[in-house]
Amino acid sequence: MKQMLNVALPKGRLGEKVYAMFEAAGYPCPSIKENNRKLIFENPECGVRYFWVKPSDVSIYVERGAADIGVAGKDILLEYTPDVYELLDMKTGICRMAVAAPKGFRDDTRRALRVATKFSKIASDYYASRSREIDIIHLNGSIEIAPILGLSDVIVDIVETGTTLKENDLEVIETIVPISARLIANKASYKFKNEQIKALASHLAQQLQAEE
Amino acid sequence: MMQEKQALLDLHELYENYGYTQYKMSKFEEYDLYVRNKSFLISDSVITFTDTNGKLMALKPDVTLSIVKNSCDIPGYIQKLYYDEHVYRISDKTASYKEISQVGLECLGDIDDYCITEVLTLAAKSLATFDRNYILDVSHMGILSLVLDRIGVSEAGRQALIECVSRKDIHDAEHICREEGIDAEKASILSRLEACSGRVDTALKELNKLFDDAEWISLVRRFGNILALLPNENIRIDFSVINDMNYYNGIVFQGFVPTIPTDVLSGGQYDNLMVRMEKKSGAIGFALYLDRLETLVAPRKDYDVDILLLYSDENTPADVLEAVQKLTKDGLSVVAQKLIPEKLTYRQLINLTESGV
Repeated sequence: MKQMLNVALPKGRLGEKVYAMFEAAGYPCPSIKENNRKLIFENPECGVRYFWVKPSDVSIYVERGAADIGVAGKDILLEYTPDVYELLDMKTGICRMAVAAPKGFRDDTRRALRVATKFSKIASDYYASRSREIDIIHLNGSIEIAPILGLSDVIVDIVETGTTLKENDLEVIETIVPISARLIANKASYKFKNEQIKALASHLAQQLQAEE
Repeated sequence: MMQEKQALLDLHELYENYGYTQYKMSKFEEYDLYVRNKSFLISDSVITFTDTNGKLMALKPDVTLSIVKNSCDIPGYIQKLYYDEHVYRISDKTASYKEISQVGLECLGDIDDYCITEVLTLAAKSLATFDRNYILDVSHMGILSLVLDRIGVSEAGRQALIECVSRKDIHDAEHICREEGIDAEKASILSRLEACSGRVDTALKELNKLFDDAEWISLVRRFGNILALLPNENIRIDFSVINDMNYYNGIVFQGFVPTIPTDVLSGGQYDNLMVRMEKKSGAIGFALYLDRLETLVAPRKDYDVDILLLYSDENTPADVLEAVQKLTKDGLSVVAQKLIPEKLTYRQLINLTESGV
């Protein structure tokens, strides 16, 4: 019997887009499109079991082996550095991790820079590489208002179109790293379900190439 | 727990059969040893305390450093040691300090290709103790290093590329090469190296195609000759197995068993550590992480106990003891109780007062 491949998908718009790519690559699971609150869906014929999880949890499911593979944003991989293989750039969910500040901002290098962010590790690593002392303010959402209310000097956050920044009178002053969704695999699963995972990654890669 | 002890005894016997002697050590070591070799440790957080003589001591986070420190450096001499110790480090699961049980071995001295083959064989046999469908991934830091030299990348780029290789992240590796101004053909060597992962015979064929100069061919041939002596079914070449190049130089390896999501064995040839510790000889060894294997050696049972034996004041202690002994003689586990304990799961209930055994 075919071993089932457990796939963790990020709940939400990105997950739906990514599922469509899996479907087109030959791994459909029609029940996933039914309008219900189920979180686990399987198609034994194709040997896949999909489950929806919070985007930031995908890498945890994969690292701990509850999922063999999954799709996670590069931002999550850089922030949590899970011990997983990163097999493919899915070329979707494209955005960038950037430093943004109120328009006309001038860095006062005489004191530590106050940085508000959800991505403390990425921000710390970035400023450490530039030997700039910072004061990290970890927030869980609505990062954009931190500089407006004087909580921070700048923010480090994901920027897709820049509309939210613009509406809050902020602008990107530096790009830290480009972000996109990545196909990740558990290290042990990659050994024991090697052919299945390689075949799936290769089908996805071919599909991406065809789209290009 | 019996199974865990049995697994340990099997490992001890295996290592002793190959002439390795057990190395017992104290739980403490001078902190200074770890400060000097911080990056060799898996986690650089160490539990320290001040000893009665004022010296700063540490609870051992690692065994290899202590063995290397005390190894003798006589030309032609080979020391073969194994250990079964507890180390104290931050657990990757709980992010807090944990006592971790570790079994491993070290082969130090004038090591040759036989010693390397023997250590790899013992690593494979150790994994087979837990599951015969194990996989031992083997890589060679010398081969990776030569590939990186030939790509011709800056020191910072080199480190970034090594990290990409360890994640099998070829798309980011290509991006780094582009930023470094390396031409596409040279950059493609890394993806071709990654494609050399897999079963030994096919991987070696691909490796041989990468370059055709004498240095490369001799390095790959020597690597292949060692791997040819190992159980082919369970060995894979995988260049994503990477240990710190400041310490490790030759063959490095990682072991996996089904149902455990992480590596359970890790090792390699660490001549560079020996040089850093002012030793002239070479060394190779590995460690088995028993904490990660605990679900295999102590599998979850369906029942707490086979028989719940209910007795009352009407039964004499002699009656109860006789009944328990009769049942245990048949290989069953028994718990004698007067009341059914809450949350206890059992296969069968026997009421001694009503029906007897």
